[in-house]
Amino acid sequence: MWTIFKVFIEFVNNTASVLCFCVFFCPRGMWDRSSLTGIQPAPPALEAVQAKSKQTLAKPNMRNIVVVDGVRTPFLLSGTSYKDLMPHDLARAALSGLLHRTSVPKDVVDYIIFGTVIQEVKTSNVAREAALGAGFSDRTPAHTVTMACISSNQAMTTAVGLIASGQCDVVVAGGVELMSDVPIRHSRKMRKMMLDLSKAKTLGQRLSLISQFRLNFLSPELPAVAEFSTNETMGHSADRLAAAFAISRLEQDEYALRSHSLAKKAQGEGLLSDVVPFKVPGKDTVTQDNGIRPSSLEQMAKLKPAFIKPYGTVTAANSSFLTDGASAVLILAEEKALAMGYKPKAYLRDFVYVSQDPKDQLLLGPTYATPKVLEKAGLTMNDIDAFEFHEAFSGQILANLKAMDSDWFAQNYMGRKAKVGSPPLEKFNIWGGSLSLGHPFGATGCRLVMATANRLQKEGGQYGLVAACAAGGQGHAMIVEAYPK
Amino acid sequence: MVASRAVGSLSRFTASRMLRCPGYICRSFTRSSALLTRTHINYGVKGDVAVIRINSPNSKVNTLGQEVHSEFIEVMNEVWSSNQIRSAVLISSKPGCFIAGADLNMLTACTTSQEVTQISQEAQRMFEKVEKSTKPIVAAINGSCLGGGLELAISCQYRIATKDKKTVLGSPEVLLGILPGAGGTQRLPKMVGVPAAFDMMLTGRGIRADRAKKMGLVDQLVEPLGPGIKPPEERTIEYLEEVAITFAKGLADKKISPKRDKGLVEKLTSYAMSIPFVRQQIYKKVEEKVRKQTKGLYPAPLKIIDVVKTGIEQGSDAGYLSESQKFGELAMTKESKALMGLYRGQTLCKKNKFGAPQKEVKQLAILGAGLMGAGIAQVSVDKGLQTILKDATLAALGRGQQQVFRGLNDKVKKKALTSFERDTFFSNLTGQLDYQGFEKADMVIEAVFEDLSLKHKVLKEVEAVIPDHCVFASNTSALPINEIAAVSKRPEKVIGMHYFSPVDKMQLLEIITTQKTSKDTTASAVEVGLKQGKVIIVVKDGPGFYTTRCLAPMMSEVIRILQEGVGPKKLDSLTTSFGFPVGAATLVDEVGVDVAKHVAENLGNVFGERFAGGSLEVLKGMISKGFLGRKSGKGFYIYQEGVKNKNLNSDVDSILASLKMPSQPDVSSDEDIQYRLVTRFVNEAVLCLQEGVLATPTEGDIGAVFGLGFPPSLGGPFRFVDLYGAQKIVDRLRKYEAAYGKQFTPCQLLVDHASSPNKKFYQ
Repeated sequence: MWTIFKVFIEFVNNTASVLCFCVFFCPRGMWDRSSLTGIQPAPPALEAVQAKSKQTLAKPNMRNIVVVDGVRTPFLLSGTSYKDLMPHDLARAALSGLLHRTSVPKDVVDYIIFGTVIQEVKTSNVAREAALGAGFSDRTPAHTVTMACISSNQAMTTAVGLIASGQCDVVVAGGVELMSDVPIRHSRKMRKMMLDLSKAKTLGQRLSLISQFRLNFLSPELPAVAEFSTNETMGHSADRLAAAFAISRLEQDEYALRSHSLAKKAQGEGLLSDVVPFKVPGKDTVTQDNGIRPSSLEQMAKLKPAFIKPYGTVTAANSSFLTDGASAVLILAEEKALAMGYKPKAYLRDFVYVSQDPKDQLLLGPTYATPKVLEKAGLTMNDIDAFEFHEAFSGQILANLKAMDSDWFAQNYMGRKAKVGSPPLEKFNIWGGSLSLGHPFGATGCRLVMATANRLQKEGGQYGLVAACAAGGQGHAMIVEAYPK
Repeated sequence: MVASRAVGSLSRFTASRMLRCPGYICRSFTRSSALLTRTHINYGVKGDVAVIRINSPNSKVNTLGQEVHSEFIEVMNEVWSSNQIRSAVLISSKPGCFIAGADLNMLTACTTSQEVTQISQEAQRMFEKVEKSTKPIVAAINGSCLGGGLELAISCQYRIATKDKKTVLGSPEVLLGILPGAGGTQRLPKMVGVPAAFDMMLTGRGIRADRAKKMGLVDQLVEPLGPGIKPPEERTIEYLEEVAITFAKGLADKKISPKRDKGLVEKLTSYAMSIPFVRQQIYKKVEEKVRKQTKGLYPAPLKIIDVVKTGIEQGSDAGYLSESQKFGELAMTKESKALMGLYRGQTLCKKNKFGAPQKEVKQLAILGAGLMGAGIAQVSVDKGLQTILKDATLAALGRGQQQVFRGLNDKVKKKALTSFERDTFFSNLTGQLDYQGFEKADMVIEAVFEDLSLKHKVLKEVEAVIPDHCVFASNTSALPINEIAAVSKRPEKVIGMHYFSPVDKMQLLEIITTQKTSKDTTASAVEVGLKQGKVIIVVKDGPGFYTTRCLAPMMSEVIRILQEGVGPKKLDSLTTSFGFPVGAATLVDEVGVDVAKHVAENLGNVFGERFAGGSLEVLKGMISKGFLGRKSGKGFYIYQEGVKNKNLNSDVDSILASLKMPSQPDVSSDEDIQYRLVTRFVNEAVLCLQEGVLATPTEGDIGAVFGLGFPPSLGGPFRFVDLYGAQKIVDRLRKYEAAYGKQFTPCQLLVDHASSPNKKFYQ
């Protein structure tokens, strides 16, 4: 009896820790316009006139690779309108949206790649299932990649590789995550018994197997919320990271508020043009992200820490929440795009992947990736007009900003002579970020790239920098160059 | 226009952040006026919280000595009298150490128990003041919090500890033959319950932070931080301080209660403990267990039980009084002197007196994947040494690899390692059948079968492939290193590293240097041994080195005693009741009868009649019947998998009967039998010092206790001579010499010590 009880408790506990991401901090409509007046996006076109280190990042004898356009489904809090869907449904919606937006002929697409993190076991190659369902040619191969929160970045850079090496001309890259439903497995003992049972030949064998059954076999196994190597949840690590960089609770709450306020404004001004409406079967058409809810600092201050209790600083309000959503972009060789009559939005230029200690530097990917990608491209921080960083936690973003601004950290941990400097906030995530727009793990990368491309187009900037951290202590950064008008 | 607004808003964003910054950056840190006059303790005030920092100069650890004590009183009086201060945080500025305990020198300097009692009473009074403080005091613990450190921490109103591997809380006093003398025996039972308190105080075991939290020993945990604005260790201490300050404020404002919610089990236990009958039963049970385990050789555990009992049954005043008195008494016992001597010796033997080697050993290669080889591999891979394990056959190699894996996996089961750490460590091990990669080895340790020609063969093979700087170490228990080195092209790189089985449990490593071994080679071997977590003695080469040589005459006497008709069980009980952890007959089984015979034969040839006693035929007879000890399932006892109570092997009786020797009644009392064994051991040990095999008595004591299980309560052969009296030992030896002959003749150095009572091995 005690075991059942323990199993139950364990289940509740685990579930609770998954759910605490979703616990939201303020009821709908709490958004207060006055708090927004404090923060305005940078004025367009001012920076673009500034002289750049390089006219363009085009390289001789290298194919230019362009993004024609990209779309995403609205990002929704898990457990809301998408809760009855399967991941490939969402991915299909993104693909259909892309087809509609770009009018690309289905049979021109050479290849399709999707990123995802928590895999639905029935559709482990979700790219293929979604492509078939979206009406792409059954002759277009598709594969799925996984690299935690930078899965769709990996999908895009894989596409870049295929095009650059001349294997493909037209590739669709995307990502999908459906956190409303996750595969919860039987315990290993139960699975073993079930598998043995299927092999048992005689009644006697079956009975003897069944007689080994114990009630604790029924305790379910949830997908890991913790880092496998360190057994630490990401929120816990983020809290420690914030503490290591001496970032206060208030700073984190303020940053979260900024993200929500900017996202709300961008949404209101119709800047989030990558969002395509999605008619959810059996439900109303979803037209916009539903996680953007600016609160007040007072409201946020009331929340209890979610991970390091009772004195930690990371709360539900300054963390990204569990999100459902999918995204897709159309990537082509420039000459092919032009031949097809497209006006591309941006070039995809140099990119890097980095990795570091998954325990103490789990979320510092952007710090490591940013100077590396700038160096690779021959640019400096001043050349960048639009920064789009993935916001896993306020504390994580602020820690990265501090780390990038620290000579001591650069010298002692990154083996660099000097700091790269922290990006100016007026160019940084000014249409909101993962904290407010949501973070469907596998789909965020494409959102970041499209936000950069759209911002460059809108603001008249030339270079954008995308950076993100990911579980496993990995990170990514890519330079996006605006396609000249 | 838009631009200016944007800039304005941004500056506001930053400004507000600065102004409302809740702690470390903006707070003024008022320093106490008397700061410069104190050396160990200083304090500053943050807001209304006094932050008291302990940092003894020129030492890696903080200890509680007279100076610290008086400075602490001074500081606390200032804290208590200041109107500005409402609460306090007590923290160490040293990474990895809160307070490691009381200053042992302070105790050993005392000549009477009254003096020690007085020290105890002073500490009791101070800690009582801390306990009764109306201004809450938070102990912020990072690193070892032991003995007096723990007693101070549990006097505080609240405890916060870092969840670091280095953070260990414990009452190790019992291991030094004393008891927690600063109120620990009274407070600990109240804090964690009587059973848990007994467990801590009687075993001396260290409690890791997360376990301490569950037990109620600490109230909050703080996670260690990674790199950020500062190096991890530094920032972690700072963060611990910040967190402790918030809790100190919370306690002062009564927003946080220092009382802890007790779980159901805890509530039930404390209810049960309120019934006198239950308490009596517990005392009785614990006492029985202690008597059984210590065999009356260690007075401290019984006194601890007594003091705890007094406190609970007769009230704290009686408890404190009893604690301080018993503390004084214990500090004067031979046992505590012996144990403290061992503690000091152990600390000494954990240092590399040969300096840093020219080249750090990073790549290790071990030849032979047997019990020893695999054991050495196990203690190497988990310290980050890249290790090649080579054997001749796949089956032997596989067994060795499995042994390493099992050793690591057992640690995972005990939660000392994560499965991920296990995997990373295990990946440091490369198993192979050839010499691939030996060209990169910095050190090769051979652990092949004890056969000189085989050792020569592998030495030559290895020297053909290893680089010039590579050290060749031989793990042998008796073969002289210079004989092994005879075939070497570079004898200055050859050294002996004698590990003890099981390698992962036995702390000792005996390093053997020949005349030709270079200092750098020795430094390198010591460095590797220390990395492997060993306590190290460095001895000169010679037959049996130090440890085996001391053991051999005693073993010879063991056989003699058995031949005289004393049964193995009786002999075992005589030796264990003298303080040996393993009975003498069992020890032969554990070592292996064949190994014992091999050693006895070799050393007997060299040392002649001094190693006489029992006849070799006993061992030979056993070997011929296949009784090789535990490894073959039969020796003096029968060993069966899963059977705990071993039975005597009655087939040995006939062998012993056929080789029966007459016993001499005047030297065959139980006590005489014990002393026949011990005096031979001690005599040989002293001879090793006399001959220069040993460099110091300390190493002799450490080697005997940690390698051979010489009774720790006696502190090792040399300490034993000092405490028991050289004259008495010489007298006994003379008595046995008269009965048996030259094997009991006391060595010159021992006779010298007997003739001049002022001569001591430890001054």
